[in-house]
Amino acid sequence: MPNDGHLQRGNALIALALPAETENGSFEAPSLEDLHLPNIIPWMGEGAGFSKQMLLVLLSVVLISWFFVAAARRGKLVPGKFQFLGEFGYGFVRNSVGKDVIGERDFKPFVPLLVSLFFFILVNNLFGSIPLIQLPTTSHVGTCYALAGIVYVFWIGLGLRKHGLRYFKVATVPSGVPKAILPLIVLIEIISTFFVRPITHSLRLFATMLSGHLIIALSAAGTAYLFLDADGPLKALGVLTFAGGVGMYLFEILIQVLQAYVFVLLTAIYIQGSLAEDH
Amino acid sequence: MEVHGSLNLIGYGLSAIGGGVGVGLVFAAYINGVARQPEAQRVLQPIAFLGLALTEALAILGLVFSFVIGA
Repeated sequence: MPNDGHLQRGNALIALALPAETENGSFEAPSLEDLHLPNIIPWMGEGAGFSKQMLLVLLSVVLISWFFVAAARRGKLVPGKFQFLGEFGYGFVRNSVGKDVIGERDFKPFVPLLVSLFFFILVNNLFGSIPLIQLPTTSHVGTCYALAGIVYVFWIGLGLRKHGLRYFKVATVPSGVPKAILPLIVLIEIISTFFVRPITHSLRLFATMLSGHLIIALSAAGTAYLFLDADGPLKALGVLTFAGGVGMYLFEILIQVLQAYVFVLLTAIYIQGSLAEDH
Repeated sequence: MEVHGSLNLIGYGLSAIGGGVGVGLVFAAYINGVARQPEAQRVLQPIAFLGLALTEALAILGLVFSFVIGA
């Protein structure tokens, strides 16, 4: 939990609200360094050791496998609570992402990838809203690079297997474009498909998780500061930051589920694009 | 009064305007569509979220560049 003791930089916005507190004991907003805790097991340079994020990734794998094994064991015709939850989650990804986007004919081989991606990201996002854990693994950009990298290699490989080398023509040359502007369109398509796509795919998840985490940390630090250090009537303002923090916390749960859905939806769309016959 | 911070944040704020307007337009069209034809909701939902994701990309690039390009 960030407190004002080890925070470094002043925050212009808060300084506006607290003109009396600019010199000593002023409020300092949590920075990016405060969100990345020191490694549990340090190794070589900074950021290379075994960190809390890695521990959480392992924990999420254990949790997800335990949940689905427990939900699938002793399957009954009339499902119990557990089996219902498992079937509901699986059915949601299978039907509303896989079947609707990739198409009824060839969505089946990709269901395992989509389901495991969805639940891995969902659980790792929700870690940000579980008290005591309070750290979405995906707020560290390395996690998102790895996930988007797997998907990137997967859909390019899929396109190459389906079309051979002609795939690059399928992916970049749209039909029905006047010859005069074709080179420009192809250039834009190459950049947007093969370079910008994996970058935005990973950074979308990372940026929303990081900013959500920062907002909650900011309102927590602001509440702590206003209640403990601010003088007189300013203490009452802490109620506002606290209420805002609770509101953002609930909003953040919605965003975490939504971003897991968006990531998997985009994965399905990329897969569908690789399978399509023309651009 | 002294104000600290980086101008990059103002740049990011400006880039977020475009993304905000775009996401608003996408969901306005989605809500319009569903209000007129509620049974189309299943078809429109993935399209709406795809539009959200593509529009949001610009704001994300703004956020990243505000970190990457030095203060």
